Amino acid sequence: MSETRTAVFKVWRGDVNGGEFRDYTTEVAEGMVVLDAVHDIQRTQANDLACRWNCKAGKCGSCSAEVNGMPKLMCMTRLSELPLDQPVRIEPMKAFPIIKDLITDVSWNFRVKKKIKPFKPRPPDAPDGTWRMKQGDIDRIEEFRKCIECFLCQDVCHVLRDHRKHDEFIGPRFLVHVAALEMHPLDTENRIDELRRAQGIGYCNITKCCTKVCPESIHITDNAIIPLKERVVDQFFDPFGWIWRGLKRRLDRAAAATRTAGRKR
Amino acid sequence: MAEYETFTYDVLVIGSGGAGLRAAIEASAAGVSVGMVCKCLLGKAHTVMAEGGIAAALANVDDRDNWQVHFADTMRGGQYVNNWRMAELHAKEAPERVRELEAWGAVFDRTNDGRILQRNFGGHKYPRLAHVGDRTGLEMIRTLQDHGVHRGIEVHMEICVLALLKDGARIAGAFGYDRERGRFKLFRAKAIVLATGGIGKAYKITSNSWDCTGDGHALAYHAGAELIDMEFIQFHPTGMVWPPSVRGMLVTEGVRGEGGILTNKNAKRFMFDSIPENYRSQTADNPEEGWRYCTGDKNARRPPELLTRDHVARCIVREIKEGRGTPHGGVYLDISWIKEKIPNAEEHIKRKLPSMYHQFKALGDVDITKEPMEVGPTTHYIMGGVHVDPDTQMSRVPGLFAAGECAAGINGANRLGGNSLSDLLVFGKRAGEFAARYARDNSLGECDNGQIEIAVADALKPFEHDTGENPYSVQRDLQELMQHNVGIVRNEAEMQTAVQEIQKLWERARHVGVIGNRDFNPGWHTALDLKSVLTISEAIARAAIERKESRGAQFRDDMPEKVERFSKVNTLIAKADDGSMQVRLEPLPEMPDYLKRVIDEMR
Repeated sequence: MSETRTAVFKVWRGDVNGGEFRDYTTEVAEGMVVLDAVHDIQRTQANDLACRWNCKAGKCGSCSAEVNGMPKLMCMTRLSELPLDQPVRIEPMKAFPIIKDLITDVSWNFRVKKKIKPFKPRPPDAPDGTWRMKQGDIDRIEEFRKCIECFLCQDVCHVLRDHRKHDEFIGPRFLVHVAALEMHPLDTENRIDELRRAQGIGYCNITKCCTKVCPESIHITDNAIIPLKERVVDQFFDPFGWIWRGLKRRLDRAAAATRTAGRKR
Repeated sequence: MAEYETFTYDVLVIGSGGAGLRAAIEASAAGVSVGMVCKCLLGKAHTVMAEGGIAAALANVDDRDNWQVHFADTMRGGQYVNNWRMAELHAKEAPERVRELEAWGAVFDRTNDGRILQRNFGGHKYPRLAHVGDRTGLEMIRTLQDHGVHRGIEVHMEICVLALLKDGARIAGAFGYDRERGRFKLFRAKAIVLATGGIGKAYKITSNSWDCTGDGHALAYHAGAELIDMEFIQFHPTGMVWPPSVRGMLVTEGVRGEGGILTNKNAKRFMFDSIPENYRSQTADNPEEGWRYCTGDKNARRPPELLTRDHVARCIVREIKEGRGTPHGGVYLDISWIKEKIPNAEEHIKRKLPSMYHQFKALGDVDITKEPMEVGPTTHYIMGGVHVDPDTQMSRVPGLFAAGECAAGINGANRLGGNSLSDLLVFGKRAGEFAARYARDNSLGECDNGQIEIAVADALKPFEHDTGENPYSVQRDLQELMQHNVGIVRNEAEMQTAVQEIQKLWERARHVGVIGNRDFNPGWHTALDLKSVLTISEAIARAAIERKESRGAQFRDDMPEKVERFSKVNTLIAKADDGSMQVRLEPLPEMPDYLKRVIDEMR
């Protein structure tokens, strides 16, 4: 067991009118995470230091912040991973408006999600109202459904963080959400048109920053965004696709007409 | 005259976990206006932490399963002080509630023929838990959340409720504040559903979040509802014990369901020596049979690690107390040993228990595919809560409903793993349905200004003494007190001390001070939560004193046996006219013959 030592934390304190980094010193115990240090400071030195947290186990995605400049869950960032010979900088996420100290207003995310078309399943497969799905067919969306909505991917995405395209782009989190719906074996909704227009998938230029910060290790870019981009391309920009779909529509119509005519007889 | 914003709904749901969301969805489907307040952000409630699964007799994996077996398992696990009607409704309705989640987009792990897969869990005779790896709670809350936001429910995030308001005997509204700016809010409603979850923050070592402070229990009690079974606190047998910063963090029972074994420092699998008589016929008596059970052999009986949580927790405490614990004061839980039994054990463990693998690797420097975990009991769940009608979930206060962990009856003296998520769904739905019906049949009550002024004055008081005591100190002392005096092993003297000490803590709580202003101020929020957590701590201690025996989760070393006269009663707590807390024994409703026969057949 290591002997007691201390570390200095530079914590951003302030609100919408501005703020500053303030130094706090706490003891460091074995296994400690950044959130433990923030709680220590809160309990003993600054009762009014605002931070969000719930589970403290990496499952709820509440305690997102930037630690030494990296978007992190404070509850899963061990002090032993950080160079404690220098102060540890803790500040709020940058892609969202500040409320106070380490807390930002993430309500935009909830508004975005509400606009995404809900799950629309095909009719049940069995008379008892249930469906049959193969494990192999759901493995890939189970990856997307691991998302804990910490919004760190949104925070690091330059389209939101630097270019503030919040009105035109839904961000990596919700592209993963759309991917989980689009690739759900039971879903019947067409999501491609919205992806291209309202959801702004074209803004993503696959720099993969979102993938790097995901605490659930979801392959956001490779497994969610790129396949969605491919579907958009297939539908809108593939000339062979245009010809094929035009042809298919005509054939379908002709076939339907034949069927109708057949029934009339 | 206090300033506040007013909202009006037919049904107000307080709490946004599984029960709250399910209630809101149901009430909204009934065509009434629904508001929901959450203490945290939407989708972050403690349901998100549930790991193992949802218990429902779907019979997808073992076709011998049905509601009767699930009912009998639940009653046996609860030591027969459960409300029989709730246990019956729960067992009958859980399968439909799970299938409904699938229709709303939930993606459960599958059987080979493409149905919802079910896993073994403690106290369940057959594999019964629908699950998604070990993150079932996340799947459930996200499914309900994503379905719910399209149902016209108005969600108010980060709101804490200070008091329920009444018009005469009936409920009329709720008064609270938003955490962001500390502004007061009045929610007028014809009916209110409490779905506030648990009380873990009354204890030092707990798997629960900061917000599990028993708000619903306390709000209901102060509004005139009754609480039952408050002595029954579930100490989950397996929480992390090392390093200190994660002490109490949950290690899912799914580890044991997948074949994990408990050993002491002498490498002895101690659970085989302590199989209680009423479980002997359905428990394996050798490791080989136990392993076969975990691999799906229908003729094998379950290993003793999968006995009920109360029992396993006590056996672990015994091992530690008698000097056979691990270096950090726990016992070993080992899943890595299955490499002796199956090829690709490492991959298998990572696929079945991904969060556990990640949690130990990231926070404890332990690779669970290669070495054992150190575990010990952690405060996890309260079986006790608001006394409700089993069919409608309404308390004795007209218009006030409760569902999920903050309601009581279904679990008796001990809850089986997996029965919580199904409880949230079954009774969340019922609460929403009957609250909507109540709202349609009744008009809006008047909110009394006097009650509001009192709530405002109480809430702002900590700002008056800015040199007062730190609220975190009071909270911490209470947690220490409850951990030591009303914990896993109890006795009369320690609990009497606890009751007296709680009175002193009440006095200190009245004089806490806060610094800063009303903008997102955790010190202030902690000061305001003290009322709830002190109320429920007192209720737990008083109920535990009243039950002069050991049963289920209540273990008293001064009265270590079950006592017949307590086998057909619940403890019941209510606020007397003079404001004091009264406790008495309430006879259980008589079980009808058709259910008695079910229990006899399953013995």
